[in-house]
This record gives sequence, C-alpha cells and structure tokens, in this order.
Amino acid sequence: MKLALLSDIHANLHAMEACLAHAQARGAQQLAFLGDFVGYGAEPGAVVRRIMSLAEQGALVLKGNHDQMAVTPPNEIRTVGDSTAQWTHEQLNADQRNFLASLPMKIQHDRVLLVHASADAPELWRYVYDQRVAQMSLDAASVLPQVRYVFGGHVHLQTLYYSGADGTLMKFEPTAEVAIPVPRHRHWLATIGSVGQPRDGSPKAMYALFDTEQALLTFHRVPYDHRAAAMAIRQAGLPGYFADRLELGR
Amino acid sequence: MRMLEPGTLLDGFVIDECVHSGSMAHIYRVHYAQEAPDPGFPMAMKVPRMTSGDGAENIVSFEVEHQILQALSGPHVPRFVAAGDLDRIPSLVMEYIQGKTLQHWLDTPELTPVDEVARLGVAVAYAVHSLHQQNTVHLDLKPENVLIRPDGRAVLLDFGLSCSAHFPDLLAEQLRKAVGSPAWIAPEQIVGVRGDPRSDIFAIGVMLYQLLTGELPFGEPQTVGGLRQRLWMDPPPPRKFRPLLPPWLQEVVLRCLEPEAARRYPSAAHLAFDLSNPGQVTVTARGNKTRGTGLGIHFRRWLKAAGMHYQPSPLPVRQIEEVPIVMVAVPYKDASDATLYSLRHATARSLGTRPGARLACVTVISPGETSTVSDEDSETSVQRRYLNQLRQWAMPLDLPGHQTSCHVLESGDVARALIDYAVGNRVSVIVMGAATHGLKTQRFVATVPIKVAMDAPCTVILVKQALPFEQLAARSGESDWV
Repeated sequence: MKLALLSDIHANLHAMEACLAHAQARGAQQLAFLGDFVGYGAEPGAVVRRIMSLAEQGALVLKGNHDQMAVTPPNEIRTVGDSTAQWTHEQLNADQRNFLASLPMKIQHDRVLLVHASADAPELWRYVYDQRVAQMSLDAASVLPQVRYVFGGHVHLQTLYYSGADGTLMKFEPTAEVAIPVPRHRHWLATIGSVGQPRDGSPKAMYALFDTEQALLTFHRVPYDHRAAAMAIRQAGLPGYFADRLELGR
Repeated sequence: MRMLEPGTLLDGFVIDECVHSGSMAHIYRVHYAQEAPDPGFPMAMKVPRMTSGDGAENIVSFEVEHQILQALSGPHVPRFVAAGDLDRIPSLVMEYIQGKTLQHWLDTPELTPVDEVARLGVAVAYAVHSLHQQNTVHLDLKPENVLIRPDGRAVLLDFGLSCSAHFPDLLAEQLRKAVGSPAWIAPEQIVGVRGDPRSDIFAIGVMLYQLLTGELPFGEPQTVGGLRQRLWMDPPPPRKFRPLLPPWLQEVVLRCLEPEAARRYPSAAHLAFDLSNPGQVTVTARGNKTRGTGLGIHFRRWLKAAGMHYQPSPLPVRQIEEVPIVMVAVPYKDASDATLYSLRHATARSLGTRPGARLACVTVISPGETSTVSDEDSETSVQRRYLNQLRQWAMPLDLPGHQTSCHVLESGDVARALIDYAVGNRVSVIVMGAATHGLKTQRFVATVPIKVAMDAPCTVILVKQALPFEQLAARSGESDWV
C-alpha cells in the first residue's frame, strides 16, 4: 500500500493540488495529512474544504498548532506564526472550525505513528530538529508494540532519523526522488517537510510517499505555481513577507 | 544458516547448486519457481550465514548491500533482482556474472606480467570510477571482490561495507571505528572516515602491489596499532621484490598508497589514465627507489598521524567532479596563431578553477602523414614532430598542480577519434576550436566540432578565435591617424 504523507500545507492550495496530483500519478492509495493546513497562506477556506472532503473518503487527518490557533486565535501576537491566526479564523466557517477542533493529535496506522510534532508530548508542539528530540519522540512511539515508523511535519525540512551501528540515532538528509529502503526490523523517524511553505532554499513543495509492502520511503519535491500562491497572499492583504518567502523557499 | 539443498524453494526462487561458500555467506545459482518474465541473464542468490536470530547488527552489512545494490546500475556491478525478508531468511538475488576474481591471478604460481597487471588495473579503476559517479564508495575492495569478465571489464562485488550518499549509512556511528578488511583498508578508514573515494584508490593500490610482487604492502595486521601503521608508513617499494619492474608502474602504485588521501590520485579516472599512458607518467624518486623510507621521515609522519581523527567527507560525485580530465583538441596544421592563442586561453580558464584537474592535449593527424616511407617521415619521427609541436603549444600554460600530457592520434575521421579518446579516458570536458581546420578542409569546418558536440559524452567547450587580434591590429593602424 502506498501512503502519501502531506504536512504543513499552510493554506497554499496551489502547492497542495500539485502534490496530490503527483502522489496520485505514483499510485498513492491512502492519504495522510499531518496538520497545519492553515496559517501564513491565502486560501485557508479552500484548503480545509478540500481536506474535509478527502477525510470523508478515508484520508487520515491530524491537528497541527496552526489549526488549533485558527480555532482559538491568541489574544496577543507574540510570534510570526500568531500573526495570521485571527485573519484565518475569520476566513473559516463554523463547520470548518469544528472540523479542525475535532482533529486528533496522533494516529496509529499499522506500523506507522503519525504526529504533527513530537510523539512524546504532541500538545507541546516540540520541534524535531535534532537527534535528541527525535530520540524522545521515537522512544515514546516505540512503546506501542507494532510501531516502527514515526512520521511528522512541523519543522518544514525533510530529514530521516535512524539507528547507527552503535544504536545511537543518526540524522540523514535525503536526496529527493530516491527510494530509501526502511526495513521493518528497525525504527525510523522522518520529518516529511512542508507542502505549502518549504524552508530549505528551494520553492518546490515537499511531501513523501511510503510504500508499506516494499518498505521504501521516497521524499519528493514538486514544482508548482509558487508565484500564483505568492500573488494570492499579496492580494489577500496579508504581510508581503509570507509571499516573498514562498518565492525563495525560505 | 545451514546450506540449502538444491531444489529448495525460497521467496519464489528455486535453489540450484552452491557456487561459493564464503565465511559470511553462501552463494547459489537460482531460477524462478514459476513462470516469471525471463530476466535475460543468469541469477545468483546470496544467503548470509547469519540470520536475524543472531541479532540485527550481524546482518547490517547485508542490509547495506541490499540498500546500495538496488540503486546501482551499469556493467560494473551485478544487476539487482530481489531481496528476501530479513525477518525470515535474508537473501539477495542478483545477476550471476561469469568471470574470474583477481584472486585467480594471485593464485597462479608465477607473478603476473607487468602489461597484464596494468590492464587489470585500468579495468578495476574504470569500474570504481563508475561506482563513484553513482555517489557510492565501495570501501571493501580486495581481490575476491573484483571479478574480471571474459571481455576484460571489471565487476565489483560485495557492497556490504559500502557507503552511498543517497542512503542513510547504517554502519555509521558516533564513536567511529575501522570497518573493512585489514590488508586493504585505507588509512583514513582506520580513523572512521567513510565516504572518501580516495579510500578505494588506496585499495586498488594494495591489489596492484599484490599482483606485482605477490606480497601485501602492509601485511595483515591483527591489532589496531598494526593497522594504524599505514597512517604514517610507506610500504617497501615493489622494486625491492621485483627489481625489473618499470619505475613508472612503481610510481603509480606508490601514489595510490600514499598515507595522505590528498597525495593519491584524486579520482580513479586519473589512475586509469596513467596506467594506460605509461609514457606520460612523470617518474619521481618514488618510482625509482628500491629501499624503504627512512626512519626520520616515518617519525615525522608518525607525529602528524597521532593527531589524525575523523572528518566527514564531501559527496563522492562532488569530489570527483572537482578533478576532471580536461582534453583539448589542438589542430596540427592550418591553424592561425589567433586560434591557437584562443584555445590556450580557454584551456587555462577551464583548468584554472579546478586545481587537481589533469590536462590531455590531443592532436589528430591524418593517416597520410605517416604513409610515406622516407626516413624523415617514418611513423615515429612524424609522431615525435607533432608531439613536440603539442608540447610547445602547451608550454605557456605552465599550470602548477595540473598534470599535463600530450597525445598524437592518427585517424581519417577527426571527430570520431576525438570522441573515442574522450570516452576511453573518461574525459569530463573537451575544449576545441569552433572552426580550426583551415581552408583546405573548408567542407568539414562546421562538421567536426558539431559532430563532437553532438556525440561527446561530456561537456564540450567550443572556442572561437579571439576577434580582438585583427581588430586590435586594425585599430592600432587607425590610431596613427588620430
């Protein structure tokens, strides 16, 4: 079974549609959305509507910190992330807000544990930036007897963590489009990157495909019309910074 | 894992006879159990002696081989077919390739003739270069892992300790230690460096040394201290064991065996180039010596080596891309000074940004040049005349750090000869005139460079002669009027 993993869409409909088409062309049979559908981008309503209909067709959907913020926007703006929450809140209708509010923090699907941030304390939205946090997340997930894989988003970078020869966790930067064997007898943790706001210097959208039978994980980079997405942000009257960073992939 | 009986069914394959029984694995010929599309080649199955019951770490190298083999392609590696489930009976099915391993040459009672060793060396170096171009470093090259096909091409086997930039390195660890076979392992591998293509160059050097002398340059050390010796020690020169060995070949072998990776050949293509062009090898004291290195030098190197520790290496592909073989096609006649001048400048420019690149200056003369039988035009004297002409052309380049060699080819088809040379020597960049063949061959002016540009396997830089030459002359004439 081919499982498509998409995260951090951030109200970028153009990028999401490009990734969905890419995954479909490669035979994806199951979709998983790992949170942060909104925030930063210009089309929260359209993105959430699309995900709600895919959820009805069986897609797995998780909650991210931006989804929570869009339901209950913070009173004061402390971070860049907070700044579009109120605007996003106003763009969504009651149904859409209820949908986001009802989403789970993690989902187990056979050997896979899906979580937006770190599995040991998902509600803390801890960033899995290094081996230390990755180890904590993996340790918490491994308590579930079947689980061999932890897939998450939140950090907007594509990284694979695995056990080295002496058992310590190693960090690996994958090459896009290379199918990496991830055999079941090991434990693996991957941050699959961001569909709607990549931050590694390339504007191409990020997602991953996991072939559960072959135990192959492929990180993808998908070109999409990022100028149109940036234009939509400017036209919506959102800070130009969010448009600029889409064009730079920063 | 005990031996499998012929006829046993495993993961859709039927076991035939066992063709190799190694310390780590058994290798069987196999065929598909059911009607399956014929792969078009014979197949072999490798089954490790260890099973997952012995602990996952014991079969790590098996996992590594699966990971890497399934991604490699080309004539220098066996084609990957399938892999069995590690949780049950781990197995790898791959192409079965006919041939003899280098061990066969070592097992013959007489030492292998020099020419044959050079030929084997070229074959191995090209196979290794092909691997490096796929961003993979073998790291366990030894005679039993190198197979020579009946057509002379080399095939590399056993990727259990290899390292690919595209996959997580399952053998990497925080506290790095040596992984490899003690006799062939490179000094930097001993301090835990995995991923430097020059480690494979070192192993080729050990194998060439073995083939030429029947001896191992560093023996087969059993202790870490013994292994660390090669961080600072030169092996006894091969000529100590085989006094008639040509100095150029000793030069090549000892360069492969330099303790510091930066002093070895920067890529396997450079090594193959020297092995196939003995006349172009610059022989230093290293090539002539018949006695080992003195104590003083070894002591100084020992002090330096004491501080040697792990440093990560850049991607293999990036490393070998930085040291290309640049070939310049220099016309041997009917070329204007402006053309030759422009060509030289373009060559200097394309080499200048690439320290460690090597330059091959090539000229193609027509067979007619050597057809007359008068003494003056005998083949060697004609060749010598054009070689000297080439050397003179290259002299002003005088680029330190770049190895330069000159080659006169003879062919009626200039473009074909240039392309064949570029393919045969794994040239990365061809520099040539955009139209350099003068008035007599006007008809071909456009076609030679365009044919090369179209068919070359690499980048082609077409150089137009420097226009300023004539214009400057014209202008300086004008200036008299002002």
